[in-house]
Amino acid sequence: MARMELRNVRKSYGSVEVLRDIDLDIDDGEFIVLVGPSGCGKSTLLRMIAGLEPISGGDFLIDGERMNDVRPRDRDIAMVFQSYALYPHMDVARNMGFSMEIRGAPAEERARRVAEAARTLGLDTLLQRLPKELSGGQRQRVAMGRAIIRDPRAFLFDEPLSNLDAALRVEMRLEIARLHQRLGTTMIYVTHDQVEALTLADRIVVLDGGDIQQVGSPLDLYERPANRFVARFIGSPTMNVVPATGAAGGVRLADGARIALPHLGDAGNAVELGIRPEHIDVVGAGAGDLEATAELVEHLGSDTNVYAQVDGLGPMMVRVHGNIAARAGDRLGLKIQARNAHVFAADGTALRRAERSA
Amino acid sequence: MTTRSSPLLSAARYLALALYLGFALFPLYWLLKIALTPDQLIYTEGTRMLPTLTTLENFRTVVFQTPFLSYFRNSLVVSLGTAAVTTLIAAGAGYAFSRFRFRGKKLIIGLMLVTQMFPLLMIIAPIYKMVAALGMLNSLTSLIIVYTAFNIPFATFLMQSFFDGIPRDLEEAAMMDGCTRFQALRKVVFPLTLPGLGATLGFVFTAAWSELLFALMLINSNETMTFPVGLLTFVSKFSVDWGQMMAAGVLALIPSCIFFIFIQRYLVQGLTSGAVKG
Amino acid sequence: MNVRTPTTVAPGETRARSPLYWRYAVEPFVYLSPAVILITLVMLVPLVVGISYSFQSIAILNPLKTGWVGFDNYAALWSDGKFWTALGNTLWWTVASVTLQFGLGLGLALLLNRHFHFRRIVQALVFLPWAVPTFLSALTWAWLFNPVIGPIPHWLAALGILAEPENILGDPDLAMWGPIAANVWFGIPFFAITLLAALQSIPGDLYEAAEMDGASAWQCFTKITLPFLAPMIAITVMLRTIWIANFADLIFVMTGGGPANATQILSSYVFTTAFRKLDFGYASAIAVALLGLLLVYAAILLKIRQKFVKI
Repeated sequence: MARMELRNVRKSYGSVEVLRDIDLDIDDGEFIVLVGPSGCGKSTLLRMIAGLEPISGGDFLIDGERMNDVRPRDRDIAMVFQSYALYPHMDVARNMGFSMEIRGAPAEERARRVAEAARTLGLDTLLQRLPKELSGGQRQRVAMGRAIIRDPRAFLFDEPLSNLDAALRVEMRLEIARLHQRLGTTMIYVTHDQVEALTLADRIVVLDGGDIQQVGSPLDLYERPANRFVARFIGSPTMNVVPATGAAGGVRLADGARIALPHLGDAGNAVELGIRPEHIDVVGAGAGDLEATAELVEHLGSDTNVYAQVDGLGPMMVRVHGNIAARAGDRLGLKIQARNAHVFAADGTALRRAERSA
Repeated sequence: MTTRSSPLLSAARYLALALYLGFALFPLYWLLKIALTPDQLIYTEGTRMLPTLTTLENFRTVVFQTPFLSYFRNSLVVSLGTAAVTTLIAAGAGYAFSRFRFRGKKLIIGLMLVTQMFPLLMIIAPIYKMVAALGMLNSLTSLIIVYTAFNIPFATFLMQSFFDGIPRDLEEAAMMDGCTRFQALRKVVFPLTLPGLGATLGFVFTAAWSELLFALMLINSNETMTFPVGLLTFVSKFSVDWGQMMAAGVLALIPSCIFFIFIQRYLVQGLTSGAVKG
Repeated sequence: MNVRTPTTVAPGETRARSPLYWRYAVEPFVYLSPAVILITLVMLVPLVVGISYSFQSIAILNPLKTGWVGFDNYAALWSDGKFWTALGNTLWWTVASVTLQFGLGLGLALLLNRHFHFRRIVQALVFLPWAVPTFLSALTWAWLFNPVIGPIPHWLAALGILAEPENILGDPDLAMWGPIAANVWFGIPFFAITLLAALQSIPGDLYEAAEMDGASAWQCFTKITLPFLAPMIAITVMLRTIWIANFADLIFVMTGGGPANATQILSSYVFTTAFRKLDFGYASAIAVALLGLLLVYAAILLKIRQKFVKI
């Protein structure tokens, strides 16, 4: 079981700082997802936790014990790699039992544990195969089997699903969620896919440019993003952000429209308004806050995506639940759900909203 | 690539290939032919394409009545020793280049490249004096040391390219699984590098087997002569024993050919990536 | 990404390097040190020593005349007719060998870069000369040129190129062709192998795209193949030129530089001076001159490459 603490953890290569002052507490049994665009340092952070990358500064503790100088093999952490990193010259059984082999576990015990893990992962019939004889999904399972067989105190996942096709990815995502439920072990999971982050995480850590942007539950990040970056990174389709001027009790947009935002204490220094596509309603022309022309309409069945050109403001995307009859070229009115709107100051931070009543 | 081509063009292509094959193989055929021709026929049908009679007499003489067996053994010792030591050292260096970022890496790679550019003959005199000062003239050990140093840079680049081909993830997975770096090297990386090690061994062996000028300079006693030196001495002394000389030549060819067949499949991939990478 | 300047150590923060840090810092040198030490002792130190020899008189056969002589060796070189002959021969030997090796090697690579029956075995056989030890290539070709047991003089006489089957290696006007022939035979595989590898790395769909665009086979070759090969050609030609200019084995074995220095190139001149006369000072001076010429050549070629190779 593992409680992890990162205190001012830094990473630099020469004079280039990759991670700055990372502070993070991870509770025992928690599922933490590190998410961010490529190059944000999330994989580096994971590798530092694993011990594969030396820590340039700060402290990293597991269960109160400082781990900075402990070798990977002595940290008792298992990791699933993006490439799976299965040993090509060993069959599935030996791949899965390798960690026990290294630690000198007796052969019978090894065989028993391998068989057990293979059964839970549905690999029973493949134990004698070499990795090159397996499909992508099977390799992924072997990689997971190799991790769970050790019963480690924490699991690390480095973009484990990014090499799978879409259908398999969903299936394996559920598998990982089930695994976490069953084992209750601390898991840290790196991905750039926010759907994975939102569905798996107890808490999400959003990283960008070497800094933690926000830590919180998926709903937290969706509803109360700390800044413009998190707001645009979390949620799909991406949040619309348009220039705005703060005014008493609301903001004024570039086209002159005034949006009342009663839930915000003071929007005085706002420079941008952010609104998610699903938080805009399509109404008849002239009846909304904004006037727009539909440029492209996608009917997805459950939802309808409208790519609109807003007069005086530019492009904006709208997602409406169910089907609407709009067609390209139609004039529309757009109504912004004011209580779901976000406003950002010049430095990108979100202006705090008062506690929600409903 | 191109799917259709006229029969005339493909005939020309096969003809060209045949010419290349003939050019490549004819000298070797000639070597073998003269070696197999009985002495008394050499002058009468020395230039005929096929001899009327063949004999193994020349080989028998070379093996049993000349010191060639001893030359052969010396060359084998030097070449195998050089190949083994070089491959071991180059594997270490190639691994360091492939897996570590460290201060001075560019400098060391640069120095290694420099050793590939300057005329090796520039150092033949200093090496002679150094070896002589150490009292190691006429010793196979000194040849092994010198050849090892000569071959390390190329072998290192070659090994580096093989290590580069092995995903870093594998070692890291092994370390997460409880290996030390050295254990990961031994249990995971080493088995996967075997083909690369084999190819490097082959290249270095062939290079050491054919080296002539430094061996000429450093060795002049009959007991420690390598094959090239021995053959050349033989040629300048008995330049009329054509059949025997060529029989000896055919024998010298054998180990190279064995290694060549062994490393053939790595030539196209290995040589280029190893040679051109810096 | 906003890159900050490296943060300075905050007061109270320890900057002591951790054991793991040292492990990471020292480990590569553990793996590297045997290679570095050996190369330094056996190649780099002798290189410096060799350069210093060129300013000394070190003739083993004349031990009394030892010591620093400044530029005497170079002065002697300047007025040494054999040096200038060897320089000319070096140019001729190198240019002829590289041109023929490259041209024929490219042809072979193109022939091998398509599927046909027995390709693997043909490739293995055609590359075989590369595995033949150089001294043996030299002897084999010397024998082929020998009018007693070799067929070449007889063939050339039959074709009317030679008046009679004489020993080509003994004729000062023709002797250089002997080592060149051996060198071409021995060197074609090197170019064929490297160029074949480069050819195989050209994505096949480029040709398909070009074909869709209506390019002829010749256009495909000049517009796709050559530009893609250019970097490999540049580097192999440069490395090979330097290597061949330094390559004395064939000449030493086949002709020993003769007849009448007609085949003496700079590197074989270095070797015979060191080996036969044991005059290390003078040999080193020739070697330094050769090195200088090669450096100039490499610099020129790198400049040209920068200008023309885009990929």
